[in-house]
Formats: sequence, structure tokens, C-alpha cells
Amino acid sequence: MRAPDTILPLHVEGLGYRAGGVDILREVSLVIEAGAPTLVIGPNGAGKSVLLRLLHGLLAPSAGCIAWSGMPGSAARRQAMLFQRPVLLRRSVLANAAYPLHLAGLPRGECEARAREALVLVGLEALAGRPARRLSGGEQQRLALARAAALRPEILFLDEPCASLDPAATKAVEEIVANLAARGTKIVMTTHDLGQARRLAGDIVFLHRGRVLEHRPAELFFAAPGTPEATAFLGGELVW
Amino acid sequence: MNDLGSAFSTALSLVASADPAVAQIVLLSLRVSLTAVALAALVGLPIGALLAVSRFPGRGGVIVALNALMGLPPVVAGLVIYLLLSRSGPLGPLGLLFTPTAMVVAQAVLIAPILAALARQVLEGLWEEYAEQLRSFGAGPRRAVPTLLWDGRFALLTVLLAGFGRAAAEVGAVMVVGGNIEGFTRVMTTAIALETSKGDLPLALALGLVLMAIVLGVNALAQAMRDAAAQWAG
Repeated sequence: MRAPDTILPLHVEGLGYRAGGVDILREVSLVIEAGAPTLVIGPNGAGKSVLLRLLHGLLAPSAGCIAWSGMPGSAARRQAMLFQRPVLLRRSVLANAAYPLHLAGLPRGECEARAREALVLVGLEALAGRPARRLSGGEQQRLALARAAALRPEILFLDEPCASLDPAATKAVEEIVANLAARGTKIVMTTHDLGQARRLAGDIVFLHRGRVLEHRPAELFFAAPGTPEATAFLGGELVW
Repeated sequence: MNDLGSAFSTALSLVASADPAVAQIVLLSLRVSLTAVALAALVGLPIGALLAVSRFPGRGGVIVALNALMGLPPVVAGLVIYLLLSRSGPLGPLGLLFTPTAMVVAQAVLIAPILAALARQVLEGLWEEYAEQLRSFGAGPRRAVPTLLWDGRFALLTVLLAGFGRAAAEVGAVMVVGGNIEGFTRVMTTAIALETSKGDLPLALALGLVLMAIVLGVNALAQAMRDAAAQWAG
């Protein structure tokens, strides 16, 4: 039984993206279902970030289509995205968390209440009044997570959220992501870190040179990758 | 040399005793220039922000024109406003010529392009940084304008101070549309020009000292603002 107003599953059919005469993505077809996190892995330049930006609507596809379920037009409001380097506003921590809620037109009091709730979720409530851009790198990424979570998205895209963080900060971010997933937010995340993919993934999308070579449950993928490229990638060989 | 020395000491005593004639001129100067900056900011800053976020054919030309207007000679700005406000001009019936209001309008016209051009430069960098994240939140360029104006507030304050410095120091525009009427439209710069040509050096020097002090104070304020911004924004 699925709630009738959900935007999932997401159907992607024949998706392609060209830039500067180069195919970044070709014929990507995927179905992303509600449930455990989907991790997108693959070598550098495979098109992971571009795939997330296309799905989130920041880039327009050159070919194919992205079809959300549910009411037409309801999808944009129900997703959020986290970038590798968090873009924080020159405001307080609390004002950052509340900003997208103001944009969405929520009443002032509710914005603040939801923003504070999200700060508690990421453990930054004590820093609510501090200027956001004075936080450490890990705290900044947690604040970006809180800001996304405050929107209560149905699906959250994360583009290498831990790429520039130390292990302790990475662990904190992973815990928050797992927590969000457990509360029913669909996570779609790219990572370079295979250990992180093993820890978080429900299913794995393996991208290689702009194509999806595999999309399978994580335990099957890691136990026995189905393509030589994935075998080589998991084996730590240099694949490109 | 002796003349200059005595003029200087008279000037200092005029400032120190807060001479009512001097005080009136200084206060009118501040009122006119501050009001002009406020008016110009209302128009110039949003235009600068819009220009920073929008992409349209001819945008490069608009930016070049705006940058050129930064060097608009004050007397030319004054002349244009004079023609509009003169009795036979389109706005003649308002009877604003040779009033402080006309001086405010002329200075606002003079500095609005400066504020817009500087704001565009400052906010373009900010927009580059914010654009993708704001689009992710569903905010397009137009909705981004108030966000950029607020997040660029420290840099924009220095822009405003630059505009104020220009307005307070110019003489051409206020002379042409204000007429330098004693007790009514006489401001520091026009008074200095008149008193110097009349040979009343102490009054001219006294006003010059006050003007210098104001300009220095404004620049010190701008520096403090930049430091505070660096402290806050990291």
C-alpha cells in the first residue's frame, strides 16, 4: 500500500546528457523506488554528479525523460539536494535552516519551529545563533543536511557529501543520513568511498562512462558484481 | 602666508564655536546628500542585483553604459534635472527648481548609476556562489534578488558609503539646480566655491575642514564595516 500522493517511484527512460559535444550520460534507464538508500558509484567522470543534477532538475536532459509519480508538478517541492561543498548563506545557523521554508511560503512561526527541530536532528541546536560561515567543514555539511531535512523532502539527493570531510565528520553525516532514511526519506547519494556505499546502500547503481552497467541490491552487487568493469572497480583497479 | 594663517585660525574657531551659519550649511548638506543616497539606493541597488542575476541579449551593453554613467559629470546631471524642472520644462509646474528637493533629485540621479554598477559587481560573485543551491530550493533569479541584497549587506554598505562620498563632495549638480541661495539651498561645496571667489577664506576653510572630516569619517566607517564583515562571514 502506497500513499497516493507519493512522487516515487521515479522512472528514468533513455536519459542522455551532452555538453560541449561530449556525451556525459547515455541511455540511462532506471527505476528508483522508495525504501533503503540508493548509492550511485563509479569512477571519476562516469557522470554521477550529472545524473543527480538531471534527476533533481538542475540540468535539462538532452534525451530521454524523467517521470515522477503522483500529481504532475508536485515533484519539485518534495525533493532536496546536498552538494559536495555546502553553500551556506551569510546568516545565522538558524536562519540558514529556515531559509528554504520561507521560500516555500510557510508561516514564520512554523519555519522557525521546523528549522530548530532539524538543527536538533543534526546536533547543531546549541550553535543556532552563530554565523553559519564560521562553522567547521563538518558542521557546515551537517547544517546543509538540516536545511534539506527541514524541507521534509520525500527524496534527498546527496552529491559526495563527505568528499572533503575527515572521518569523524563523515561518521556524523552518515549517521544523520541513515537516520533520515530510517524515517522514510528516500536517499540517492553518490560516493567515492566503497566502505560508505557498503554501510549505507540498499541498492547500488554502477555508472561507467556515462552508462548504467548495473543496478542491483547492494549485497548482491558486492558479493558478485555482474560486469568486468564493476569487478575491476571493486577490486581497486584503476578503471575509467 | 600670514593671511592664510589667520584664515586658518578663524576657520578653526568657527568650527569650534559651532557657528550657526556654518552649522546650517553643514546640516543642509548632510540632509540633501543622505536623502539622495537613500533614494538612489531604492532604485540603484535592486537594478544592480537584477543585472547581476539576469542574462539577456544586450546585457554587456547595459553594463558598459552603466559603468560609463559612473563618470557622469555632476554639472551634466544638474543640467538635465534643470531642464526637466525649469518653468518651461515638463516638470516645471511642480515649482521645484532652486529648492533642496531639486538638489536631492539631482544628486540621486548622479549616484544611482554608481550604486547600481558597484552593486552589480559585488552581487555577481555572490550569485555565482549561490545560484545552484537557490535553484535547488526552487528560487529563480528574480526571487534571488532580495536574498542577494541581504546576504551582500556588508559589501553593499560600503557601496552606499562610496555613493555618499560622491554626493557630499560634488558641487556642479547642486549649484545648477539649487542656485546656492543663502539660508535655503546653500550647501558646503557651493558655499566653499562662493566664499573662495568672494575672498572670505575663513568661512570657506571652515567648511572645507568639516567636509574633509566627514569624508574621512565615512571612509573610516567603510573600513570598519569591511572588517566586521570579514569577522562575521568568515
